Amino acid sequence: MAKARTSYLRSGLIHLALISYTLIALFPVFLTLVNSFKTRNAIFREPMAIPTPSTFSLVGYETVLKQGDFIGYFQNSLIVTVVSIALVLLFGAMAAFALSEYRFRGNLVMGLYLALGIMIPIRLGTVAILQGMVAAGLVNTLTALVLVYTAQGLPLAIFILSEFMRTVSDDLKNAGRIDGLSEYAIFFRLVLPLVRPAMATVAVFTMIPIWNDLWFPLILAPGEETKTVTLGAQMFIGQFVTNWNAVLSALSLAILPVLVLYVIFSRQLIRGITSGAVK
Amino acid sequence: MGSLQLSSIRKAFGDHEVLKGIDLDVKEGEFVIFVGPSGCGKSTLLRVIAGLEDASSGSIRIDGQEVATVPPAKRGIAMVFQSYALYPHLTVKDNMGLGLKQAGTPKPEIEERVAKASSMLSLDPYLARRPAELSGGQRQRVAIGRAIVREPSLFLFDEPLSNLDAALRVQTRLEIARLHRRLKATMIYVTHDQVEAMTLADKIVVLNAGAIEQIGSPMDLYNKPANIFVAGFIGSPQMNFIPAEKLGEAGARTIGIRPEHIALSRENGEWKGKVVHAEHLGADTILYLETETAGLITVRLFGEHRYGPDDIVFATPDKASMHRFDVNDRAIA
Repeated sequence: MAKARTSYLRSGLIHLALISYTLIALFPVFLTLVNSFKTRNAIFREPMAIPTPSTFSLVGYETVLKQGDFIGYFQNSLIVTVVSIALVLLFGAMAAFALSEYRFRGNLVMGLYLALGIMIPIRLGTVAILQGMVAAGLVNTLTALVLVYTAQGLPLAIFILSEFMRTVSDDLKNAGRIDGLSEYAIFFRLVLPLVRPAMATVAVFTMIPIWNDLWFPLILAPGEETKTVTLGAQMFIGQFVTNWNAVLSALSLAILPVLVLYVIFSRQLIRGITSGAVK
Repeated sequence: MGSLQLSSIRKAFGDHEVLKGIDLDVKEGEFVIFVGPSGCGKSTLLRVIAGLEDASSGSIRIDGQEVATVPPAKRGIAMVFQSYALYPHLTVKDNMGLGLKQAGTPKPEIEERVAKASSMLSLDPYLARRPAELSGGQRQRVAIGRAIVREPSLFLFDEPLSNLDAALRVQTRLEIARLHRRLKATMIYVTHDQVEAMTLADKIVVLNAGAIEQIGSPMDLYNKPANIFVAGFIGSPQMNFIPAEKLGEAGARTIGIRPEHIALSRENGEWKGKVVHAEHLGADTILYLETETAGLITVRLFGEHRYGPDDIVFATPDKASMHRFDVNDRAIA
């Protein structure tokens, strides 16, 4: 009996810690969402208050949807994020497979070289990147952003995926070779499905910084046609006057797509974990 | 269909030489088993035959054809792995048929061959299932089925029974033996378990540290081991090795005598000793004796015997069944 009591206490404490962490983590999101539905005065008078019929207002959303081309910004953000994730996963997984599967001279050095980007922030190279993009005529295109983000995401992707790929059974790959599968078929049909949880992890890690990035859109693609959501929201933040309704509404809207992507990937993540556990 | 010649196969990983010149001739329809302690190179040798590893030097001929540059899928082999290595996302039927599909075999023929293999291994009720829904024994049968379907000239087994529990192991062993008789195919089988080797093989190849110690039929190895390593490896419990000078035997350094070739008596015999430990197995009784002349020896008696620790007994070796080894640990004929 004593054992049961301590375990209640233990799980109670654990839950307390988890719940308080959840509250802390969700609070800014909650604040953003709540205030985006209030009038300007209400935001400043009582920032914590939930919108009431008298303070409720959609003026922020109206501004966002009327001013500028927000649908277009969303589209840009989505295209850049999805294409970048796809490229990071594809090239990252291929490089990781080569590093973990084949013994070749310089394997270790190559692995270290590819992982180097984890430690060196890509922004250090901004000037050179900008010069390169100008020379290539890619300024103000989404391609520029996709290229930069793919480069930014690859090191971590290769690092994580190559660790996971080492755990895939050699026998399975060899069985594939004896059955006449090509190395590409082994990679795409045998190995990739087995490292799906790792791919989901990498996708989440890759996606969030890309979606939230302001730096590269501002430098490489500030044109109206290629603005991303984060950059678009900046137009409501002025040096002297900030349209808080619009900023909060824009940010609230910007949460949605990333949430959807996250839910998709995390389902994969959980499915992967449980399918491994009961094997 | 199904002969194999290996000549001076060497394999090195960096400076470490795993195979040190293997020569072997396997005739059609033979069941050959590579046996040896872990790390002796037996699995590497099998991988070299399969083409999953390249030999550093030497030649491999399957059905008289040099295969050094032939990819695994085109060598006319099929392999069964220790970890089953079934494709997790395919059904049993597709697992068995994938190799043929890749080779471009017409669909009706694939169907027919899969059906034949599955009835041979009583897998019919499971054809639509995925590997995750099968037990270990069933998975290994699917893996064997996948090999049969390919109708290879050479079957390769890499410790296929190691992941199964004891009862299933015996049952699957029986199944493999029957399969060999039925298909009359050439099979090469790797194991570290000498019981598997003795029960299945036409010919056993004992490997140690990357070299062949002896090749022979199970009874050859049991009755005429070429050296101390083979003598100690084949047979359970292990052969007793006694320094020859203790027994006053001239012309040999070590005398080997199997536990089952020693007679025991309470009254009189050659070696007086005390029972240290007794294992009663029902069919056998295995006694560990501390003897004055020969040191610690193992004795195997058939049937039940009422010996217990600290009993004083006399052991008498059967002179005709003694093995004599010279200073280089080679058997003296």
